[in-house]
Amino acid sequence: MISLEPVARPEAPLARRNPVAKLAAALVFSVVLIATLDPVAPAIAIAVELALLPLFGVRPRVLARRAAPLLVGAVGVLVTLVLFAADRSGRILVEAGPILVTSGVLITALGLVLRMFAVALPGVVVVATTDPTDLADALVQNAKVPARFAYGALAAFRLVPLLGQEWQMISMARRARGIDAGRNPLTRLRLFGSTAFTLLVGAIRRGTRLAVAMDARGFDAATPRSVARRQRFGTADGLLVAGAAVLSGAALAVSIALGTFRPLIG
Amino acid sequence: MTTPTTERWRTIDVIVAAVIAVAFGVIFWAWGLLWNVATPAFTFLPATQAIMYGVWLIPAVLGGLVIRRPGAALFCEAVAATVSALLGSEWGGITILQGLIQGFGAEAAFAAFRYRSFRLPTALIAGALTGLGAAVFDFFVWNGAYALGSYRIPYALLTIVSATAIAGVGAWTLTRALARTGVLDRFPAGRERTAI
Amino acid sequence: MAGAAHRAPTCWQRPRDREWGPVSAVRLRGFGWRHAGRKRWAVRELDLRIEHGERVLLLGASGAGKSTLLAALAGLLPDDSGEREGSVEINGRDPRAARDRVGSLFQDPETQLVMARCGDDVAFGLENRGLPAEHIWPRVDEALRRVGFRYGRDRSTAALSGGEQQRLALAGVLALRPGLLLLDEPTANLDPAGAALVRDTVAAALDADTTLVLVEHRVAEALPLVDRVVVLAPGGGVQADGTPEAVFAAHGAALAAEGVWVPGHPVPPRQATAAPGEVLLAAERLALPPRLATVSLTVRAGEALAVHGPNGTGKSTLALLLGGLLAPGVGRVTATAALADGDARIPPHRWRAPALAGRIGSVFQDPEHQFVTSTVADELALGPRRGGWTEPEVRTTVEALLDRLRLTALAGANPYTLSGGEARRLSVATALATAPRLLVCDEPTFGQDRRTWWELVELFAELRDHGHALVAVTHDTEFIAALADRQVRLEHPATLP
Ligand SMILES: Nc1ncnc2c1ncn2[C@@H]1O[C@H](COP(=O)(O)OP(=O)(O)OP(=O)(O)O)[C@@H](O)[C@H]1O
Ligand SMILES: Nc1ncnc2c1ncn2[C@@H]1O[C@H](COP(=O)(O)OP(=O)(O)OP(=O)(O)O)[C@@H](O)[C@H]1O
Ligand SMILES: [Mg+2]
Ligand SMILES: [Mg+2]
Repeated sequence: MISLEPVARPEAPLARRNPVAKLAAALVFSVVLIATLDPVAPAIAIAVELALLPLFGVRPRVLARRAAPLLVGAVGVLVTLVLFAADRSGRILVEAGPILVTSGVLITALGLVLRMFAVALPGVVVVATTDPTDLADALVQNAKVPARFAYGALAAFRLVPLLGQEWQMISMARRARGIDAGRNPLTRLRLFGSTAFTLLVGAIRRGTRLAVAMDARGFDAATPRSVARRQRFGTADGLLVAGAAVLSGAALAVSIALGTFRPLIG
Repeated sequence: MTTPTTERWRTIDVIVAAVIAVAFGVIFWAWGLLWNVATPAFTFLPATQAIMYGVWLIPAVLGGLVIRRPGAALFCEAVAATVSALLGSEWGGITILQGLIQGFGAEAAFAAFRYRSFRLPTALIAGALTGLGAAVFDFFVWNGAYALGSYRIPYALLTIVSATAIAGVGAWTLTRALARTGVLDRFPAGRERTAI
Repeated sequence: MAGAAHRAPTCWQRPRDREWGPVSAVRLRGFGWRHAGRKRWAVRELDLRIEHGERVLLLGASGAGKSTLLAALAGLLPDDSGEREGSVEINGRDPRAARDRVGSLFQDPETQLVMARCGDDVAFGLENRGLPAEHIWPRVDEALRRVGFRYGRDRSTAALSGGEQQRLALAGVLALRPGLLLLDEPTANLDPAGAALVRDTVAAALDADTTLVLVEHRVAEALPLVDRVVVLAPGGGVQADGTPEAVFAAHGAALAAEGVWVPGHPVPPRQATAAPGEVLLAAERLALPPRLATVSLTVRAGEALAVHGPNGTGKSTLALLLGGLLAPGVGRVTATAALADGDARIPPHRWRAPALAGRIGSVFQDPEHQFVTSTVADELALGPRRGGWTEPEVRTTVEALLDRLRLTALAGANPYTLSGGEARRLSVATALATAPRLLVCDEPTFGQDRRTWWELVELFAELRDHGHALVAVTHDTEFIAALADRQVRLEHPATLP
């Protein structure tokens, strides 16, 4: 079932930071790391991320479960590299037809996989520790996002678990009406398509009514909105973003100092 | 040609744009549940991955075609990316950046027609440009270490073709199918139904 | 923007003036509305004055245009969604301009909830009106208390049963302290205790400055709240208008015949005359935590079983379990050979869909969940066609059902554009079309006018008398009194999560 609730302990020192600050920090941290293809900088970054984990109140098991799909991606990277690596320098380890595995290929693969984890984990941590309502509040109050868009999107987000249930309801209703797919993949695909279309139609209809209900409660009024839930962007929040920039910059600096740095472009 | 709709977004525009994105988030989630046996196979076959790419880009083009307001495609894809960051969550914050870049592609197409044309050619161009955004992002960010001629360039081209075919044609077809159900009656896209 | 919100606007120092508004009089002159894509006018040639402080009960058969009229008063009929005639004014202004003094609660609570947490949802309207934060939360708490909400502010709105949502939506409206209160079947999904509570809440919220327009099919319960009754004529215009006593004395019998629930016109009971037959389905120590606590029951042929109980006790969940649509968490559901032939050893939730649909018919609490086609007629024909009936057989059945449930004029309409009562009837009719041996219905009579209600009771009774079984989840005590042969009551477990 879909759940959008944060899974971390909310009172952890960094989980309590302003959602916009957390999001900005995660983006800064990730974007800096994208710049390199070497294994050293991401390895340092992952170490930093894991060390900070307790401060976010995220249990390693939760993180592992959320990041598990990345393993599939890692295998994908490996397979693609073995077949299509640009750089096949180094000692030859395996050679069989189009498959040529060298030590250079393995180092590149290691770099790519580590980079993938290093770039993704900050986002996973932020998502795990942030409530969507708080994020919308902070976007409006601290990032000057127009309230109509932030709360409009938030109201639509509320539909995510509902639409998840709706998907099951539509499937049940189809079953109750005698429609099921059995084992034939083509029938399954067709049933998936028709269920998805029904979901989309229902979602838009629901959205239309939701918009009416929101207007009925004054959402489109010209009066300036007030805020019931205050979000503050304090010094600690600024420090979090700055800290993210410094730490990822440091990881890059170490990699440059060690001579392992491989810029993304060039 | 319809008159340009550049006035203020109505509440229904904001909500339906966001809801389209959210619904696709849920549809992709359900797809993962249903086909979780088959999906890893896609991951191992880079070509199929690029061929399927357009599916993920449908919300941007659909949002633009339905809402018909400046920023609709961008907003839709940004929300869609945020939803997938929240649901799948394995790619984290980068998805949002990627979504914005893709959304800019579709947005540029609609802007080029000054938000006056929402016919098939516009949809195709919107699909192609969204695909271009996705392809450029992947070309530099994710595929940097792969061979240029045998992987990066074909992958980028396939992505653009897929986006044009699936996101462009798909979103256009979907808009017409949605209009027939009457859900778009409060949008210009739905009112063209009676005119046809 | 955030800064401006924190300066308390001066108008809040004169709250009565701004919030309540001194006058909330309504004027309709030749008003009419036709929904886009419809030939018939939903409302037409309506001349009506509602004075400040009046409490009006709006009556009329299902589809007479009551919800449409309320939407017009709330300023929620956008020009691009239909065609307008005549005029509506609130305090001499267009309803859209008067919206800040109008509070409305519609038939469907789920789409009225905006936020993820209950407290935030009640606060939403107050924020939109720019009320300073320090005034918001006391008002939220007060509104939640007034509707008897069982959970705290932090409860997720997604984790509420239909009835709980309705209560929350009402809190969101009451928190705004509207001068004109528009309520469209506010108790339709509530258990009887909850419905009484909501009526008391509304009664307490009304003062000399609050005008009320209430739509409610069950007149007897609504009468203590109102001092005037307006009956909409199906073809347009007003059929009767005056004090409840005057209207019912002059037109009582005629209105009852047309479908209005007139007090003092009771319906005859329609219990089974024969003893129940063989067991069709048995639930043994069935549970699905946390949605449903343990329950055991049997369903027999030729018997109507009513399941009732407070909101959120898992009645709908039980219906899905009995309908073979949800896998039990604990315990099991077993079908006998009388229902399932050779499949009796397999639990119903594992049957193939076509086999299931031929044996157990399900009607969902939310009718829209179950529509799969794009017209009313196709919706009815779907089951029989999949069951392999011949085309003439399908046509006869569809026509008979359309006629009995008065949907013939809507045969070509999209199911999603129907009025609340029409959609409910259609969803029941789809399950009736294939005449399955066991019918599981979730709130089959909610939002029905008296005439259709009686038609439904008759249809169910006929099926039962032909040896079919009916399980009806319902809050409708009159329905239970009229039809049920046996009752099962679900209660909240002693300890709540
Ligand atoms: N969005 C819509 N599009 C098209 N037709 C509609 C729409 N909403 C309502 N109608 C039609 O307008 C007519 C009046 O509907 P309305 O919902 O006002 O009835 P009602 O009196 O509230 O009925 P009920 O008691 O069943 O709720 C119905 O025939 C209905 O099918
Ligand atoms: N899909 C779901 N996931 C989790 N909890 C649910 C789900 N559906 C319902 N619930 C919860 O389970 C409980 C029982 O819900 P259910 O809808 O079965 O109640 P009900 O008796 O039909 O109530 P009502 O009379 O209001 O219709 C409620 O507290 C509800 O919040
Ligand atoms: Mg109605
Ligand atoms: Mg229920």
